Amino acid sequence: MLRSRSFVLTALVVPTLAFLAACEAPPVETEQLGFRGTGMQQVTNRNRAAEAAANATIIPEPLPVFGTSGPAAGLVYQNVQVLGDLPVPQFTRLMQAMTAWVAPEQGCAYCHTEGEALSSDSAYTKVVARRMLQMNLAINASWGDHVGATGVTCYTCHRGNNVPQYGWYLDPEAAGPGKALGNRAGQNRPAPEVAYASLPADPFSTYLAGKDNIRVLSQNPLPMKNQTGASIVETEQTYGLMMHISDSLGVNCTFCHNSRAFGAWEESSPVRTTAWYGIRLVRDLNSEYVSALASVVPDKRLGPLGDIKKVNCTTCHQGAPKPLNGVSMLADYPELSASR
Amino acid sequence: MAEYQNIFNRVQVRGPAYAGVDLPVGDEARSGGTSFSYWMGKIGDAQIGPIYLGWLGVASLACGFIAFEIIGLYMFASVDWDLQQYIRQLFWLALEPPPPKYGLSIPPLAEGGWWLMAGFFLTTSLLLWWVRTYRRARALGMGTHVAWAFAAAIWLYLVLGFIRPVLMGSWSEAVPFGIFPHLDWTAAFSIRYGNLFYNPFHMLSIAFLYGATLLFAMHGATILAVSRFGGDREVSQIVDRGTAAERAQLFWRWTMGFNATMESIHRWGWWFAVLCPLTGGIGILLTGTAVDNWYLWGAKHGLAPMYPMGGEPAIDPSLGAR
Repeated sequence: MLRSRSFVLTALVVPTLAFLAACEAPPVETEQLGFRGTGMQQVTNRNRAAEAAANATIIPEPLPVFGTSGPAAGLVYQNVQVLGDLPVPQFTRLMQAMTAWVAPEQGCAYCHTEGEALSSDSAYTKVVARRMLQMNLAINASWGDHVGATGVTCYTCHRGNNVPQYGWYLDPEAAGPGKALGNRAGQNRPAPEVAYASLPADPFSTYLAGKDNIRVLSQNPLPMKNQTGASIVETEQTYGLMMHISDSLGVNCTFCHNSRAFGAWEESSPVRTTAWYGIRLVRDLNSEYVSALASVVPDKRLGPLGDIKKVNCTTCHQGAPKPLNGVSMLADYPELSASR
Repeated sequence: MAEYQNIFNRVQVRGPAYAGVDLPVGDEARSGGTSFSYWMGKIGDAQIGPIYLGWLGVASLACGFIAFEIIGLYMFASVDWDLQQYIRQLFWLALEPPPPKYGLSIPPLAEGGWWLMAGFFLTTSLLLWWVRTYRRARALGMGTHVAWAFAAAIWLYLVLGFIRPVLMGSWSEAVPFGIFPHLDWTAAFSIRYGNLFYNPFHMLSIAFLYGATLLFAMHGATILAVSRFGGDREVSQIVDRGTAAERAQLFWRWTMGFNATMESIHRWGWWFAVLCPLTGGIGILLTGTAVDNWYLWGAKHGLAPMYPMGGEPAIDPSLGAR
């Protein structure tokens, strides 16, 4: 009797545990962000949040300041196309910081080919680094709507890697093989890009490289004559982009939206505006700075369809609502800031 | 004396196998013979079979099998016939309707042609099965309540997959075949049309859905509770009220002041169940055809109240145009 009871117990407990294996371990906490009853709340898992925070707050020690005066770098060195007006000590310090942020293992030689003059552009990495420096300055100067006074440095995305860990290539699978049987129409697979939903797995080429309309909700209660609204397919693409943003920032929908009316700005939290500028920022970075570098870098840096790794929300955010948990590195590196 | 109760019963009713009443002239013979199952006897009648399939049943199963095969093999092909991936990714896989550019035309096989075929065969299968439930009820001299309840479910199915897409002028509005994909479709559908929760017919449908389960639980509990007084003979107690019916009805009059009767409770249950897909189907049918944004519609008609924001609300940056 006892044996059969423990058998039944095992038969019930084991499948139950197996069924729950994919669930997130508690504790899950809910923080109220809006008016009571509207469901405006942020759900966080303390364990996961602590893990993400620990990763995000590893910030390199600022390098010692050698001095802030001296001849302009552009006068001392040749072929200085960016920040040539910086005094040499400041310029050199920034070069060292960039090395620590982007090529800590390879050192200066990663961009400055050994045995050649510092001014030589023979290494593709140097050409890329120059363009990225221009990009960094442009972000801090023109995109305050998204990056605020916190700003960005190379480290925001690179975190010690030659190429930022997170980004996207054109996905040959998302393009779809177009075969008669088993065409997935670019969706219906567990795609990490859309947080493992079955939604269209490439929200990037349409919305973050292209400038397709993201808004799918009708602005009128009733259908308008001679006006076709967004299709369900377009809605699912937008949905996929939103899943990417949510996953990148480690937040749920109600961080920005009031889920009872996703489109209504007057019911959204102010950070939705920040996110809106973020999408435009990423578009600008991909079209103005990143995509063109595909012709500069060697093949090993290219994706399966011959494109370069491009920016999405995860490139900077890496799981945190604010990259590096909102810590600004600009105070230590004022030469990168907008007010320079 | 042993009590017979209908589920988790301590006693199994097991008489000689009974093939059923004589069939009308011209009907096929029942097939499959009879057997008994101890475990089936735990939850219902221990006798299995015979079954009446007939040509409607055969045709329905054949069409259903074709639809099932199209969907299953299409999904299998989408993982390049890799059995391990087929099992791992099964919940994500789908057969999608045609993209919007094809409207209501017949698309190539690669882009929704298989979906259209699977939908045709599945619909045919369901409709044939419906005729079967109607004809079998008639053959037994029964009313056709089951058939009409099934028709309510078919109505919702047809609205989602056929009637509304036709009214919208595009197959792409229809639901994909797939586990997660159809759930993602549902969420996307609600988002696209401004939150289905502000659709009054969706509200009704939910009320009937939960209401039906509530009524079912109340009725089941009541009958089980009075079965020791003969309450399990509820149908005969419709016309010949015994102590079981008296006690059950008194119980509800005491607790909530009103009681259904042995007959009316079944009509309550039937109507709640039937009205769930019936009103739901109306709600889906109106979405995109008569109303484009249910939230704005609700706000316009005083259905969606405005709540104060916790702090400063967002401002649409596109109005300031960068």
